[in-house]
Amino acid sequence: MAGTRRPLSPHIQIYRWQAQMVSSVLHRATGIALAVGTLVVICGLLALASGEDRFDAFRRLVGSPLGTLLMLGWTWSLFYHLCNGIRHLVQDGGAGYRISQFVRSSWMSVIGSIVLTIVVWAYVFTAGGAA
Amino acid sequence: MNGKQAVVSDRRNPLKVAQGLGSSHSGVHHWWVQRLTAAALVGLGIWFVVLVLSLLGADFADARAAVARPWNALLMVAFLVAMFWHAALGLQVIIEDYVHTRWREVLALAAMYFLAFLGAFAAVLAVLRIALTP
Repeated sequence: MAGTRRPLSPHIQIYRWQAQMVSSVLHRATGIALAVGTLVVICGLLALASGEDRFDAFRRLVGSPLGTLLMLGWTWSLFYHLCNGIRHLVQDGGAGYRISQFVRSSWMSVIGSIVLTIVVWAYVFTAGGAA
Repeated sequence: MNGKQAVVSDRRNPLKVAQGLGSSHSGVHHWWVQRLTAAALVGLGIWFVVLVLSLLGADFADARAAVARPWNALLMVAFLVAMFWHAALGLQVIIEDYVHTRWREVLALAAMYFLAFLGAFAAVLAVLRIALTP
């Protein structure tokens, strides 16, 4: 806000929360989370390139309680950004702009991402732990 | 007369209209690449999740051999390039939206792009080392 004296439009705090708002805010938030999560991808690949000791250390970190929690968060972030990203691509094609469709597709992104996260982590735990 | 009126009411230099680059001076390039990388990441992202899940119980040698397989190495590099590119484009919009002091904005954009390139190069180099060294 510094450096400008122009009037600003009302910000989010004056609006009643709606599904479309939540889906939009979550898209940005999960995008930032995923950008931070690229560090895990870099570390994993560097560890795999460096040797067995480094890779085992990486797996212990990812498999620790805190690591598992973070991976759970990143899994949901990825699936939410994926579902809502597909929704945005469909909208970029010009479809789904009626308010009812907008609200419904917002909920589909949220619910779809939760379902996909549960499916993946059910597989992870039945396959015997995060690492 | 008619032609002249049309130009005046448009208030834009005809060259600007012909180039079609708009106020951003880069046209729809940013928007289009963000969509292109998004479309690529739909497929590559799902592939990445499936690869990671297939390596849950694998030891070091198995994991390394899996990433070293030609198709997997190729798709991994494609995934990394699309991911870092898409992330940088998205973070750029967020910085432009929320950082309102010009020098802070430029500094944040430069730092973010340096980090994105560094991350992308490090990850791609790691895949090349895995794929090319026995």
